[in-house]
Amino acid sequence: MSKLKENYKDSFSQKFSDFMTGDLEVPDEVHPRKKQAKNNKVIQADEFFSEFTDADDIKRRELYQAFRNRKFMEWINRAYNIISVVVAITIICVLLFTVSFLPAFGDKDNPANNEVSERYIEDGLDETGAVNIVAGMILDYRAFDTFGESNVLFIACCCVLILLRNDDDEPLPDEDVVDFRRDIILEKAAKFLVPVILVFGIYVVLNGHLSPGGGFSGGAIMGAALILFACAYGFERMERIFSYKTFRRITFGALLFYGLAKSYSFFTGANHIESIIPLGTPGAILSSGLILYLNICVGLVVACTMYGFYTLFKRGRI
Amino acid sequence: MLKEIFSHLMTNYYETAAVIIFGIGFTTLLLNKNLIKKIIGFNLMDNAIYLFLASKGYIESRKAPIVVNGVRDMEAYINPIPAGLVLTGIVVSVSVTAIMLALTVKLYRRYHTLDIDEIAIISKKGGI
Repeated sequence: MSKLKENYKDSFSQKFSDFMTGDLEVPDEVHPRKKQAKNNKVIQADEFFSEFTDADDIKRRELYQAFRNRKFMEWINRAYNIISVVVAITIICVLLFTVSFLPAFGDKDNPANNEVSERYIEDGLDETGAVNIVAGMILDYRAFDTFGESNVLFIACCCVLILLRNDDDEPLPDEDVVDFRRDIILEKAAKFLVPVILVFGIYVVLNGHLSPGGGFSGGAIMGAALILFACAYGFERMERIFSYKTFRRITFGALLFYGLAKSYSFFTGANHIESIIPLGTPGAILSSGLILYLNICVGLVVACTMYGFYTLFKRGRI
Repeated sequence: MLKEIFSHLMTNYYETAAVIIFGIGFTTLLLNKNLIKKIIGFNLMDNAIYLFLASKGYIESRKAPIVVNGVRDMEAYINPIPAGLVLTGIVVSVSVTAIMLALTVKLYRRYHTLDIDEIAIISKKGGI
């Protein structure tokens, strides 16, 4: 393919390289960089993109559609769709073939049911004091892992805060969402529902070592109650009971307590020192050593994070 | 041969369903250019993995691993380990989804579109 060809622009290789580089003839007035050069001033990145007007948007989209609708692109798109479906079906078939060799579902002799789970079930109650073996496993044997999970949630909330932060009281650029603040039905329903959901969430957290549930599920329920309250009564009233300061203090305090408590139990465990934390009678609410307190910590972190996600996406602030 | 494979698949029906959901999620990821739909496909794949893990822990005619009436025999309860693993997975997937959605919001505010190809073209042309 020589570049000397006269109809080079219509040749396959040029079209292919256009496709690969995403090249598209953009006229000057819609081209952001040229527009910037024409105005001949230094602007910040945010202003730079806010200079796009709706008309520019529409024009750009038309150009883009024209680019997509060219015959060559159509052909590439169709080929891409067919190839991706074929690839997906191949992956499903290979995985199904593998599944057919897996040990039978629900068989007690499966290799996954080995001495590890035997140890957890037979000695878990004595060693952790938790009736719920899963809670004993994740908050005692594997507590370090759960600490990491809480930190992952906290760091995710920090990342969303960095990305969506909007400290000025200006409305967001695309604020056309419906504000439910004045909805009387929602307000009355929330008045009844929020306490019930909150109490249920606290129950699930506090009974994490006795029954199904625990910090993560209970925290998610409490977060749902907070979100419902904020939905019904607006952020001004929410800020009276839950502001950014509360968020910081609760999350930091919970993570710090978790870290210190588990450091103590790791220290005593590794040095064969007798831990002073009593295990209590299994089945009582104040039993199973640290698990109850760790569940409360995890629940607080999860509830704060869930509410934080909601309010950050809604208005860019906690 | 095929008949044998099919009968095995019917025995392992939970795993079969998980694998098929995984495939659907993967296809969604490949076929859609909309970022939100891509995130939905990603979450479908996550959920397929949880279904697979949870089904690996199940044992026929045994109960959830919560000690009742002091029965502490291994023969009485299902495997508790996959439950803990699924918990970890759910938390990580929630965090990852939140960050992906935040990035999508940010991209939409800049480029006024969710189409990933369009964003790629504009960002190349615009230089940012």
